[in-house]
Amino acid sequence: MEITQATAAELLRAMEQNELSCVEVTQAFLDAIQTRDVAVQAFLHVDPERALQQAEAVDQKRRNGQSLGRLGGLPVAVKDVLCTQGQPTTCASRMLQNFVPPYDAHVIERLKAEDAVLLGKTNMDEFAMGSSTENSAFQKTRNPWNLEHAPGGSSGGSAAAVAAGMAPIAVGSDTGGSIRQPASFCGVVGMKPTYGRVSRYGLVAYASSLDQIGPFANDVHGAALLMEVLAGYDSRDSTCADRPVPRYTERLDQPLDGLRIGIVEEHFTEGLDAEVESAVQDALKIYESLGARIEKVRLPHSRYAVATYYLIAPSEASSNLARYDGVHYGFRAQQFSNMVDMYSTTRGEGFGAEVKRRIMLGTYALSAGYYDAYYLKALKVLRLIRRDFDEAFAKVDVIAGPVSPTPAFRIGELVDDPLAMYLSDIYTISANLAGIPGISIPAGLSREGLPIGLQLMAPPFEEERLLRAARMFERETDWHRRRPKLMLTPQAGE
Amino acid sequence: MEKTLTREEVEKVAVLARLKLSDTELDRFTAQLGKVLEYVAILNEVNTDDVEPMAHAVEMKNVFRDDVPTPSLSREQALANAPKTDGKFFLVPQILEEV
Amino acid sequence: MAKRVAQRVEPMATDTTKDYTVVIGLEVHVQLLTKTKVFCGCVNLFNPENPNVQTCPVCLGMPGVLPVMNREAFRLALKTALALNCRIARFTKWDRKQYYYPDLPKNYQISQYDLPFSHDGWLEVASDEEFSEKRRIGIIRVHLEEDAGKNLHDETGRGTDSRVDLNRAGTPLLEIVSKPDIRSPAEARRYLEELKLLLTYLGVSDCNMQEGSLRCDANINLHLQEGDETIATPIVEVKNLNSFRAVELALQYEVGRQLDEFRSTGHRLGDVPKQTRGWDEKREITFGQRGKEEASDYRYFPDPDLVPVTVSDKLLEEIRGELCELPAARRERFRQQYGLSQYDASVIIDQGRRFADYFERVAQECEDGKQAANWVTQDVLREMNQRKVDIDKFPISADDLAFLLKKISARELTTKSARDVFAELLAGADSGTPPSAGRIDQIINERGLALVSDAGQLEGVITAVIARNEKAANDFRNGKQAAIGRLIGEVMREVKGADPKLVRQMLIEKIVGSEEA
Ligand SMILES: [Mg+2]
Ligand SMILES: [Zn+2]
Repeated sequence: MEITQATAAELLRAMEQNELSCVEVTQAFLDAIQTRDVAVQAFLHVDPERALQQAEAVDQKRRNGQSLGRLGGLPVAVKDVLCTQGQPTTCASRMLQNFVPPYDAHVIERLKAEDAVLLGKTNMDEFAMGSSTENSAFQKTRNPWNLEHAPGGSSGGSAAAVAAGMAPIAVGSDTGGSIRQPASFCGVVGMKPTYGRVSRYGLVAYASSLDQIGPFANDVHGAALLMEVLAGYDSRDSTCADRPVPRYTERLDQPLDGLRIGIVEEHFTEGLDAEVESAVQDALKIYESLGARIEKVRLPHSRYAVATYYLIAPSEASSNLARYDGVHYGFRAQQFSNMVDMYSTTRGEGFGAEVKRRIMLGTYALSAGYYDAYYLKALKVLRLIRRDFDEAFAKVDVIAGPVSPTPAFRIGELVDDPLAMYLSDIYTISANLAGIPGISIPAGLSREGLPIGLQLMAPPFEEERLLRAARMFERETDWHRRRPKLMLTPQAGE
Repeated sequence: MEKTLTREEVEKVAVLARLKLSDTELDRFTAQLGKVLEYVAILNEVNTDDVEPMAHAVEMKNVFRDDVPTPSLSREQALANAPKTDGKFFLVPQILEEV
Repeated sequence: MAKRVAQRVEPMATDTTKDYTVVIGLEVHVQLLTKTKVFCGCVNLFNPENPNVQTCPVCLGMPGVLPVMNREAFRLALKTALALNCRIARFTKWDRKQYYYPDLPKNYQISQYDLPFSHDGWLEVASDEEFSEKRRIGIIRVHLEEDAGKNLHDETGRGTDSRVDLNRAGTPLLEIVSKPDIRSPAEARRYLEELKLLLTYLGVSDCNMQEGSLRCDANINLHLQEGDETIATPIVEVKNLNSFRAVELALQYEVGRQLDEFRSTGHRLGDVPKQTRGWDEKREITFGQRGKEEASDYRYFPDPDLVPVTVSDKLLEEIRGELCELPAARRERFRQQYGLSQYDASVIIDQGRRFADYFERVAQECEDGKQAANWVTQDVLREMNQRKVDIDKFPISADDLAFLLKKISARELTTKSARDVFAELLAGADSGTPPSAGRIDQIINERGLALVSDAGQLEGVITAVIARNEKAANDFRNGKQAAIGRLIGEVMREVKGADPKLVRQMLIEKIVGSEEA
């Protein structure tokens, strides 16, 4: 077995049956990082020593016949937006370049408790603001399928790590599409759970009412397995749902009988790339062949989603990021004339352009005289968007459609046109606004050889339905088995 | 909502947000944010007269914790990430209070 | 009782020809007595000697942390609002108030903006020092928020760094905003005294101003009457008021200053932006302060990390059930039930709940409320002050004091003797003999203080004393009332514990009777 091309389930089985040790598996991924990441630039920090120590501990447990957690030694890459105790957590920002949290995020505790091996922290758009991972203060991550192209964002590092076989599973966060869009661009599975399904404790906040943590994997099973570990109640997050977590992997292979799939008329309008559209249509045909019924649904307010999002998210961000001021932690400017100037200079130097843009936008939207017209208005439209989904889900079980209007764009293509970049989130943003789960699964390759994703969305807390519907498609196709060339020639990155 | 953003307004917002922006940044942001604001004005099309604002898509309420102490960080841990301390306090440039 | 004789300070204003009304509204912040902070599990303790030891990622505002509301803080807040006769909102939420300051780690304060959990209440305050009438001061709102940490400034002026201690950051804080119903600096002080009394009775706060658990900002302006026209002067907010006396003095100063300023500038409300002034305790003047640059733009919005709270009937009933008898009601009951004067009732109530409990126990046990009031407001209070102890540490228990006072009512002991016993009990307590009923009897016996009210036993002595003091007896007969004192004294010296009333009565009968005879 080529370890770095294997799925999570295959690796687990091999370790459980003592065909592979956890150290061997971990070493294989560390080697892959060493060879491939020179080109891909997916990781910000890798701690091989610590990873191998954890792997050794897992092997020790196995040898002793001790029971192991659900991840049983699976290596995992983690977006650098999650706090890891004693290890740098930078959010790809100069502001937090030297920040070492004194605590672990809830999901990091969960990963450790379930015996995952933490490989390292992955690159992202600074403070998760962006759709290309170009907004990192430290490096630009490349799309493993074509290094000239962006991996998507903001969880571009995690998506690229999985796509390039540098980790079998990875953790990301999704505020407006930051898991699903890079998953689509990189040809891996990525899921944003229902708001409240996963504790946000220790997730550095971008837009608190929209942020959710979710899994990446190279197949649906891997995502389901990681979801079982990430999801669940945590009393430290007031918005975290106190309800049981299903064993998503258990019934994953049971097809959904009489599945009703909604397609959204508003999704198939101008701006949608023809290749993406045909990949979606092909996917729908496959579902039909499996007995699913395709029905048209309407989301009349979806055309307002991007505008709504780009008021709510920056407003919250402007507040969430106020704490980075050079007083209690993080970067402080060298030259300043007084206290207020210390704040402004520190923030002016510590933040990148996109972060500043969104802080400015949000500060403006919340400021005296504009609050009602911008922020409050957006919260009202938000309710209408949610209502649209409630009505649609009264008729269908899942909604299917594109993830992104186009396959991965070129690095640098959209950096100077923020609005165009924002509009590329058009299909993913609604799920965050409505709080519902969404998944991106590989569903094609463009003529240029870039992956195309299919998005499925389900009602709140119907992650199991979503994963089973995704798995139905995956069983019938081999898009998820495709690997970028870079992986097939191990020296490619050197 | 539909009004063009001026450079002066952007400057004012930058003061509120405690962001020191260069002249180039100010110019660029004025144009870019202006475009975004023009775009978000499409929300004016939506009649929201009888619509309650929604702060969370998944609406929850009454979440409390019990009044039970949990361990605090040591002072060393609390100050560990601070740019400037004297070992006991966080240090900041002098705060002036009187006129 | 010290505060009832609060120092009178003459208002600065000298121009009394102009008619004006003082308009004051107070904004009070009180820390709640929870075990932990409002959004994290750090202990809620005043601890300035050990800076930055009561913090965690949450109250340090570290990246990634989230607040979770302390149930007890919300319950104490509800309790307070009910006691302040507020209307309780059935739906309430938390908002972020945004401003940059080093003692505010997140650079926003979690507070309540448009939907505070309570509003429209009132507090009854004495209209004068004698408590002859009451005035109702309206409460606009009470809301719950988090406290900031503390900045310590370099006072030397050398421009060295300020220091930040976050032990206090995240302490639950109630903000209580009064209507501008207060009409004088003294009334402002009485409002604060009554509020403090209420909060300490409820046990929701210790209201210690030195430690900052009660802080007060005052808004004040004047309504000048010029003919038919009422002219409002600009509203000034006075800050840094760290005692009730400071509040009264600062407001008195402001009245004069605003009159002077109006005379020289003619500025009316709205002509100039609202001014913030500090209080200089040493010089006893207010001084202009730099306002926060964009004070008017806090960019409030609902905190997405917290969820709203709905208050059910059941919860309200539960909290209502936990309310004790409030000071105002108890004051009134003491007056009626024990026949106390308004003044005595106030002195007792104002000493706090435990003191009033002590009084009530004494009154019930000795079955003489007036007597009990006299003793606790004078003897007990004096000794407490001298010993600098509160009533819980006072050596003589309520039961023992009642035992002693009962002897006075039963005419077994004179008031004077009882005072001696009281002093002896305290002296004994100081040297290790705990007071008790037995000890009281022992002192009375040893010192022969038992009241002699047997006329037969006194008869002989009285006859002898009159015989020995013919002159004094004659003087008395001739209308010199004071002459009797010497005779009483002589009898009392011979018969220790003699009932002075009886002695006086018998002497008069004898002297006057013998003349008639
Ligand atoms: Mg306040
Ligand atoms: Zn804390």
